[in-house]
Amino acid sequence: MSIMMEPNAISVDRTMLGGARDVAPIAFAALVIGVSFGILARDAGMGVVAPIVMSLTTFAGSAQMAAATVMHDGGAVAAAVAAAVLLNLRYVAIGVSVAPSLRGRRARRLAESQLATDESWAISQDRGRVNRERLIGAGLVLLVAWTTGTVAGAVGGSALGDPATYGFDAMFPALFLALLAGQLGDGRARAAALTGALIALVLTPVAPPGIPIVAAAAGALIALRPERPA
Amino acid sequence: MSTTWLIVVLVGAATVALKGLAPVLLGERELPPPLARVSGALAPALLAALVVVQTVGDGQALSVDPRVAGVAAAAVALLLRAPLLVVLVASAGVAATVNALT
Repeated sequence: MSIMMEPNAISVDRTMLGGARDVAPIAFAALVIGVSFGILARDAGMGVVAPIVMSLTTFAGSAQMAAATVMHDGGAVAAAVAAAVLLNLRYVAIGVSVAPSLRGRRARRLAESQLATDESWAISQDRGRVNRERLIGAGLVLLVAWTTGTVAGAVGGSALGDPATYGFDAMFPALFLALLAGQLGDGRARAAALTGALIALVLTPVAPPGIPIVAAAAGALIALRPERPA
Repeated sequence: MSTTWLIVVLVGAATVALKGLAPVLLGERELPPPLARVSGALAPALLAALVVVQTVGDGQALSVDPRVAGVAAAAVALLLRAPLLVVLVASAGVAATVNALT
């Protein structure tokens, strides 16, 4: 747990095993949220196999939830795809921060970049950079947990009931809040977080889903300002 | 191809492309220092936005519902330096309780 609170501490274990170990509590949340996605997808008429394949290949919770929600509400294919793509636009920014840490040929870099999720990326932060080993270790554990949860939800289906009954819908933002708490080490990070939160809050009622989160990335521009001398 | 599989394939392909775009095109090049600082500040900015949208967002609207109580409970647990599992269970437990009472 000290890792969560002090991501920049010297004690960060910079190995795949370290990333895998530190992501374990988050993997529990991914498992539970995976169950929620499986239930939602089954209710949306996606069947059992498609949601599982989607968890393995798309591996991005909020976008999958959004696509399944649009299908559930009887929306068009274009609407479902657009919602998911908008939500995942932030991965372009995440990719920019991951890129300098990956090594090797393009195919290998492409494969390793797929293990970046909000959670594995947050866990891999190491003094303002991404640690490749922690990203891969955490990403693999999350992929297994997320897919396992999806299988349980898709197979168990609505026999498990409405995820909101169990408060699962609150677990997602609570997880991101915990990840955020580990990222607020300096004033620049706090200013970026505050700006990002405000942008998202203001834009949510007026912009299509996904856009507020993408626009919130502009909050990071506050870091263009050079560091104040200590 | 059924509608479901069309969505699975399109969303999957788009996500692979979005995640891989920079790692494939930028290679191992380091970002110039100002951009590296911005890149380092992306995590707090995006995570804070995700917290807001998933706590009070409901499609293209704001909604105050049991999630708010759940996330507030998580915040208290975090301030008390509770382990992550306790934070998550507290958020789900409080949200479920409020959901049942309202």
